[in-house]
Amino acid sequence: MNVQQLSNIAAQVRRDIVRMVHASQSGHPGGSLGCADFFVALYFQIMKRNPGFSMDGIGEDLFFLSNGHISPVFYSTLARAGYFPVEELGTFRKLNSRLQGHPTTHEHLPGIRMASGSLGQGLSVAIGAALSKKLNKDHNLVFSLHGDGELQEGQIWEAAMFAPHNKVDNLIATVDYNGQQIDGPTEKVLSLGNLHAKWEAFGWDVMEMNGNDMESVVKGLEEAKSRTGKGKPVVILMHTNMGQGVDYMMGTHKWHGAAPNDEQLAAALAQLTSTEKDY
Amino acid sequence: MKKYTFTEKKDTRSGFGAGLLEAGQRNEKVVALCADLVGSLKMDAFIKAFPERFTQVGIAEANMIGIAAGMTIGGHIPFTGTFANFSTGRVYDQIRQSVAYSNKNVKICASHAGLTLGEDGATHQILEDLGLMKMLPGMTVINPCDYNQTKAATIAIAAHEGPVYLRFGRPVVPIFTAPDQQFEIGKAWMVNEGKDVTIIATGHLVWEAIKAGEILEGMGIDAEIINIHTIKPLDEAAILKSVAKTRCVVTAEEHNRLGGLGDSVAQVLVKNDPVPQEYVAVNDSFGESGTPEQLMKKYGLDDAHIVAAVQKVLQRKGK
Repeated sequence: MNVQQLSNIAAQVRRDIVRMVHASQSGHPGGSLGCADFFVALYFQIMKRNPGFSMDGIGEDLFFLSNGHISPVFYSTLARAGYFPVEELGTFRKLNSRLQGHPTTHEHLPGIRMASGSLGQGLSVAIGAALSKKLNKDHNLVFSLHGDGELQEGQIWEAAMFAPHNKVDNLIATVDYNGQQIDGPTEKVLSLGNLHAKWEAFGWDVMEMNGNDMESVVKGLEEAKSRTGKGKPVVILMHTNMGQGVDYMMGTHKWHGAAPNDEQLAAALAQLTSTEKDY
Repeated sequence: MKKYTFTEKKDTRSGFGAGLLEAGQRNEKVVALCADLVGSLKMDAFIKAFPERFTQVGIAEANMIGIAAGMTIGGHIPFTGTFANFSTGRVYDQIRQSVAYSNKNVKICASHAGLTLGEDGATHQILEDLGLMKMLPGMTVINPCDYNQTKAATIAIAAHEGPVYLRFGRPVVPIFTAPDQQFEIGKAWMVNEGKDVTIIATGHLVWEAIKAGEILEGMGIDAEIINIHTIKPLDEAAILKSVAKTRCVVTAEEHNRLGGLGDSVAQVLVKNDPVPQEYVAVNDSFGESGTPEQLMKKYGLDDAHIVAAVQKVLQRKGK
């Protein structure tokens, strides 16, 4: 797919996000909008995916979402990539839905391999899946995504220490580096310091990229893939805007976990034009 | 009618080590992870046989649970090993989200459970782990009684699909089950048939119950002794069949009296056939430093306390 086609799908995913959160009046639009370009590039261009869905994912690339609260972008991308009907997006966060507030395997939603929501666990899981691939002599890759605020969880750094020591070099971890968390800017809540230097000190191959420019995202992910298999895990610090694509949601923590009203939804949809169809 | 034979003394964790090796030999998908306690968990034989299938995680239990959960994707069957406190309480949320809620085929194997870790004291003991693990939906909870049963249980859980908590101790205890036993998850093992009282015991307390049964026999009391190695799912049929005959129960466990085997049994009784029950368990307290024998005595977990509980429950039954 070319950059224009991918950008168009990302716009549709953003439409899905605001509509889903509006419909249930609950959910996390800010981080979801910020990561839409990454998800679309990953699922429509970068990852090797087999038809259908198998939990074991042998012979294909795998993705783990660690910061599970940005489930709207994950669900929309999975549906648009054909894992389940797009109409099901309308059930998000509603009773008897497979689209739980935070992703889970419990409802057997195709595309989900691990529950996430309680933060800090996904890097360990991704490492485990990467080790499993090595044991299986399966040469495909494992990707993960983490919030920057999530890096405040200690388990992340247990995992960060483990992966280089054990040469888990079939893993590409990605940090959604938007500088915002529920209570405010990360630099106010608990500053992350020099993240690049921190990951590097732990022994990772560190990259940075603009996460809200489709061309940069595709190039960056391709570059990350080329750096795998060289003895080090790869981490990408992905600079994004929380709320990207909807002017009044951008660059503030206020839309981390808030739902738009009817007028706000209309204003958001007016800014997000797509040639795809709404669910 | 005795169904047990004392042979020798050995620690249950060595049973785990032997079982892990055999499980690894039977199925190449079995892998093991440890948080810097390889010797304590007796994992050496497995590591020697299958070095590529072992992962040393270091002192990072939360990371270990997450990695284990991830390794199930691709079909591996991870066995994690550390002390029971660090296997459960320390990583409850990791087990809850990444193992139980995600329904991953992880075997959480915990040594040094209960009080009998001894001299290290309360920080390294745990008396709440059975309760913590049995509250998790979908979690199977197993607490075997001796070397042979721990070995058999370890082999059995490798073949069982789904998350399992396997609990064993540190001390050297008598072996009285058969080396070639069939271990059936969720199926109670009748140790002794009797008619006056049902003693339901788990883990190290099964041997104490056997000794208590011999004392009671001398007092003219005919005790039925049931070994509940699987706390969840609980063999309700075996319990109800026994109390239908004896009409009273003593439960015995190396655990807090809140939330352990006793409470599971009480729940079955109160719903189906309420009969008097007495608990032999730690009375809602932490442990302390001491030898295992001293602690068992001080915290009321030995044969003498089981005998006293039987006498009490028989009085209540008589009223």
